[in-house]
Amino acid sequence: MESRSRRFKENAATSLANPVLQGNLRMAKGKFVDKRAIAIKELGDQHDFEATREAAKAVRNHVLENLDLWLEKFEENATARGATVLWAKDGAEICRHVVDIGKRHGVKKATKSKSMLSEEAGLNHALAAAGIQPVETDLGEYILQINDNEPPSHIIAPVVHKSLDEVADLFHKTHGKPRKTEIPALTREAREVLREHFLTADMGISGGNFLVAETGSVALVTNEGNGRMVTTLPRVHVVVTGIEKVIPTLEDLSLLMRLLPRSATGQSISNYFSVLTGTKGAGDLDGPEHLYFILVDNGRADLVGSEFQDMLRCIRCGACMNHCPVYQTIGGHAYGWVYPGPMGSVLTPLYTGLENAIDLPHAATLCNQCGVVCPVKIPLPELLRKLREKQVDRKLRPWLERIALKAWAWVAACPTLYGWSTWFGVRYLKWLAGGKNSIPVLGAAPEWTQGRDFPAPEGRTFRELYAERRGRK
Amino acid sequence: MRVALFVTCLVDLMRPRIGFAAIELLEAAGCGVEVPKTQTCCGQPAWNSGDHGAAALLAKKVIAEFEGFEYVVAPSGSCADHIRTEYPAIFADDPEWHGRAVALASRVYELTDFLVNVAKLENVPGRFAGSVTYHDSCSGLRSLGIKAQPRALLAKLPGVELKEMTGAEECCGFGGTFSVKFGEVSAAIAERKCSNACATGAGAIVGGDLGCLLNIEGKLRRMGDETTRVLHVAEVLTAKE
Repeated sequence: MESRSRRFKENAATSLANPVLQGNLRMAKGKFVDKRAIAIKELGDQHDFEATREAAKAVRNHVLENLDLWLEKFEENATARGATVLWAKDGAEICRHVVDIGKRHGVKKATKSKSMLSEEAGLNHALAAAGIQPVETDLGEYILQINDNEPPSHIIAPVVHKSLDEVADLFHKTHGKPRKTEIPALTREAREVLREHFLTADMGISGGNFLVAETGSVALVTNEGNGRMVTTLPRVHVVVTGIEKVIPTLEDLSLLMRLLPRSATGQSISNYFSVLTGTKGAGDLDGPEHLYFILVDNGRADLVGSEFQDMLRCIRCGACMNHCPVYQTIGGHAYGWVYPGPMGSVLTPLYTGLENAIDLPHAATLCNQCGVVCPVKIPLPELLRKLREKQVDRKLRPWLERIALKAWAWVAACPTLYGWSTWFGVRYLKWLAGGKNSIPVLGAAPEWTQGRDFPAPEGRTFRELYAERRGRK
Repeated sequence: MRVALFVTCLVDLMRPRIGFAAIELLEAAGCGVEVPKTQTCCGQPAWNSGDHGAAALLAKKVIAEFEGFEYVVAPSGSCADHIRTEYPAIFADDPEWHGRAVALASRVYELTDFLVNVAKLENVPGRFAGSVTYHDSCSGLRSLGIKAQPRALLAKLPGVELKEMTGAEECCGFGGTFSVKFGEVSAAIAERKCSNACATGAGAIVGGDLGCLLNIEGKLRRMGDETTRVLHVAEVLTAKE
């Protein structure tokens, strides 16, 4: 997917100016945040929840420290169960592999369940170009596909930015049936359209929430049941997922599953949870005849052993974005690439280049709401700050910002100079306020006064007043 | 108890009365308060902007100025957290300064935390009558665990009625330099905070970090609200109303 992250600021302004989107975001926030809070509370013993987070972090860290070994183990066990394991260095290689597999098996139509990696690779475009029709079957992804291949705005709720009305209009326009406004009726209409595709597809493409090394299985966490249709009905099943998704054992899977649905949607368990192993065996009623795993690097291997390795623990629950005040205010599209919110602001510059996402590491107030809800304890604010440091080291920040920071540090390092500067500064601001309590337009900080006033200072500095008070004593 | 007050640059520039209120509270708790004259800024804006060099320069200055004191107290969770949590990180590769940063860190407190948990302030010197709602600032809340302390102190004032707002723990959108890099987004987040605060009907929005308070006050005034007061908790605790 082509990145629009360079235009974060414009994208954010567009989001803020869209009242429908703003309404949709307000609704989404309530749903995600409140439901997660209830689900965590229902667990009862909070200490136990913290212990579970710690244990999950330890499992993920262990994998990342021995990634090559667990991937080999996975490959060995998956292969033993009849699957083919392929490796993809980048998005182009994912597309090449999938198209090759399609051609090899004479595929005309591929049904897909949600896969963010296929977004990274722009897979739908490549499939269509190769004469294979891709059909998104996750309801949200389906809505986006029929809306001229709009990108998702959230990693688990791709159409969270859309209202019921917008979807009703879109279905009416696309399906040519009477306009419906009830969610069950709309869902039924989508099911009727998708059913035909499920039954006629030759290939199913899914993502993978986890890869279990000891069994060579892929675990899928879904809510609509489309994942099962995609992975069991067609002759060929292709799993596209990142190399960091591997975990050692089924025991580890059950540990992580205590956290994933609760953190994501506030469910104790998702409606569907599938652990798929191997191809259709003799006597099996369903399952694919051919199973392929495409395990993707696309920037991940470079993070192993780096100061950003913690990010690879991510289990893609979306809690960080759901709780992020910035995401809640501008939605996912503003971030400009596949992954939005705090995790996206870390991943996008790392995967697409620091210089291509210059604003994203700064698009956070560092409030650490993301850090405290992350089920695997990724220190997201700290990673964002480290990215900022990298930008400074590479002189990628605007010169005015660099000079302003240096100048402030230089002034603040020299108490006498600081005293003079602040003496003058507060008087200037007081004069600007002109006897009022606030300054409506401040040339030195135009961004601040764009949306709010700048409160006037008292007019003299603490250090002046304190010195005076000491003098009097 | 010999306590050094870290005034913070925002209080120095914008609201000196918060600094004096902090001194009054510390003295009421029986502390001898000193205010090192050469202090300026803790360097958090530089660190959060990725300027390691500038952050280290100012951190060294603060450490040298304050390491001789038994306790260091700041009327800001954000600045106190920066010194406590981040200074050791700034000097991760500098054993000498790392040691000095660590030695200082555990003696640095946010004002209300110090008053409640260390100095055990019994009688609050102020008189304040009215309803207030409390905004929990992010660093103080999530890094230093400041939640009950300011409320416990406010509860000692018989005239104060605390009306909790929805989302008291949510960020106000300030975020230091975030507020001047992404003004529109920052102000939109502030608007949500102000709406939640005003919905309580409280006469004053109270908090422990001046950055957040300036953000909230600026947004309130822009929204046309000229009456809701925005006060630092130290101002309320020392008010003579």
